[in-house]
Amino acid sequence: MARRAQPISPWPGTVAAALVLGLTFGTLGAVAWRAEAASRLGPADWAAIRFTVVQATLSAIISVALAVPLARALVRRQFPGRALLVTLLGAPFILPVIVAVLGMLAVFGRGGILSAALGSLGLPPIHIYGLHGVVLAHVFFNLPLATRLLLQGWQAIPAERFRLAASLNFAPADTRRLLEYPMLRSIVPGALLVIFLICTTSFAVALTLGGGPRATTVELAIYQAFRFEFDLSKAALLACVQFAIGGAAALLAFRAAVPDAIGAGLDRHQTFRPGTGRWLRAMDIAVIALAALFLILPLLMILLRGLPGLASLPPQVFVAMGRSLAVALCSAALCLALALPLAILGQQMPRAGGIAEAIGYLAISASPLVVGTGLFILLYPFANPVALALPITALVNAVMALPFALRAIAPALARTESDFGRLASSLALTGRARLRVLILPRLRRSLGFAAGLSSALSMGDLGVIALFADAERGTLPLQIYRLMGSYRMQDAAGASLLLLICALGLFWLFDRGGRMNADA
Amino acid sequence: MLTLDGFRIVQGDFTLSADFAVPDGAHVAVIGPSGAGKSTLLAAIAGFIAPASGRILWNGADITGTDPGARPLSIIFQDNNLFPHLTAFQNVALGLKPGLRLSAEETGQAMQALHKTGLSGLEHRKPGALSGGQQSRVALARTLVRHRPLMMLDEPFSALGPGLKAEMLDLVADLATAIGATVLMVTHDPADAVQMAGQTVLVADGIAHPPKDTAALFADPPPSLRAYL
Repeated sequence: MARRAQPISPWPGTVAAALVLGLTFGTLGAVAWRAEAASRLGPADWAAIRFTVVQATLSAIISVALAVPLARALVRRQFPGRALLVTLLGAPFILPVIVAVLGMLAVFGRGGILSAALGSLGLPPIHIYGLHGVVLAHVFFNLPLATRLLLQGWQAIPAERFRLAASLNFAPADTRRLLEYPMLRSIVPGALLVIFLICTTSFAVALTLGGGPRATTVELAIYQAFRFEFDLSKAALLACVQFAIGGAAALLAFRAAVPDAIGAGLDRHQTFRPGTGRWLRAMDIAVIALAALFLILPLLMILLRGLPGLASLPPQVFVAMGRSLAVALCSAALCLALALPLAILGQQMPRAGGIAEAIGYLAISASPLVVGTGLFILLYPFANPVALALPITALVNAVMALPFALRAIAPALARTESDFGRLASSLALTGRARLRVLILPRLRRSLGFAAGLSSALSMGDLGVIALFADAERGTLPLQIYRLMGSYRMQDAAGASLLLLICALGLFWLFDRGGRMNADA
Repeated sequence: MLTLDGFRIVQGDFTLSADFAVPDGAHVAVIGPSGAGKSTLLAAIAGFIAPASGRILWNGADITGTDPGARPLSIIFQDNNLFPHLTAFQNVALGLKPGLRLSAEETGQAMQALHKTGLSGLEHRKPGALSGGQQSRVALARTLVRHRPLMMLDEPFSALGPGLKAEMLDLVADLATAIGATVLMVTHDPADAVQMAGQTVLVADGIAHPPKDTAALFADPPPSLRAYL
């Protein structure tokens, strides 16, 4: 069999793998080459490295520490709206960072409702900018992720074991020690590392809530060296540092066998629920209520503050929205054009293809700022990178969404091949015909989901675009950032609502489109 | 004529050897205990499993390394014989052109095959809207349009009730006789072999024995067959 021709040519997948490799390691090579000429790291750069590690560590620990009681409460309690809340826990993944930040500001910021409440008690307002603001925003994004990971862990414990524990009259402490701690030990390290990794490459949060000498991440320092100091070699040196941090975290994360948190199937509830005491009940209810408030309130504030401004938005906001939609659609198309051949290669040639798939997952640890800096260095001698800001953004976004698209597509492809591969081969269904008649129709759902995910991620992305774009080429998230910078908070809120609608709308449309008329 | 020449399959601890020929137009049942390798034998002939040694010949030509779709045979599996997202007509048409771009003549052939298998009027239904028996008929209609000289069936009707199964076996025999095809059918039910009234290959103890006349074989079963019966 191995010597026989593959049903579908391996070339598209090989080209996709080469492209992704070029964009990650190729740009890194450009960066390293340019960084050689640079001076050594200054004290400010060391401060940025320290801050990056400290905020990511804190964010990871706090997110997971809060997720443990929340996940346990969600496992133990059944209440109306539980399924909705669990679904909502998946939403921050496609929520544009800038929208969430504006929501956080509306709740925790100087002019937010919490400060107003404190003011009425005669207390000073809160300062959200700096370390605690960055960590707060990271917890907002990653508490739901950690909760979903832990929920999976709890649900993987067979209900019979809890029943056995009850019949043996275990005290809550015994249940924890014998059933729950072993599960936590297997899940918590992976969850911590994933969140650490995410927090080292969340440029938009640092850009909007960080800043200043005491709250600058490495990515933010790259941006500043690039935009304000025009010091390309320093940006390149910092990009090497960023890659080292992300690479180290990624290596650790892969070894810890990261659990998979995307996808459905988490609203299943167990038939037997431990923890029946009145005290435990009250505690669980309080935990769930507080978490729901923490997650929903910022979004509610975006809605409340954004709605009045929606009608009077300046025209450049709509122009930026048009650009963002175009970038998001191109990025989704590119992402699928990379993910599908990579997945097919991985399916047909397990060994070589496995490497190709791993290359696709590599992007999870790559920093868009590093890729952007590398692309600038590579393109600068030949073309004006600023003029290419939007195509570059679409391409980088596509590569960043690739790991998630692969996770959606690869299992569906494996199922299709195991169910229908032999039948297709016996009918000589190969090449394009196999793609058109078998693979594309069978993968509709997962392709729709992947397209929705990648377009929503690209729609809300504020990363590489901030590096390249001038006033004429901003996307909607960048436009919102500029409105914030000029203290036009009313317009920023309106534009954020618009962005939120676009991102969620794109996801819904694609995901829905994939499900429609899909035969089981 | 199908010839297995010194044919040997090895999968871990499992081995199966076969060294026999099947005459043209024969209707052969493949029986034996579960796990003996009946389905593996068919999968190897169809080209999904490479043999450790030996050759498969069709009319003297070596087809051991040929792609599954290019072999002179059609195969019907235990399940998943139809693509659920395609209509009955399209599922049949795949047998004529994998790309589904049919000429008027080919469309006529597919419609005729559906008619011959008693599916007139159901051509636009998808498999989900067909009964189990109708789904089997669509798969048979496809083997009909493919017109390959060897028809292989791997317990295709085991999900159907006894009456329906007997009806489908008759249909297989009629269709195969009409196009002069050789039939090789795996079954776990000795009654199926008796109904086919042709020859039987017994697969047991790592060996696929040469085909024998079914009636004679059952009248005086060797020890391995007696143990199975």
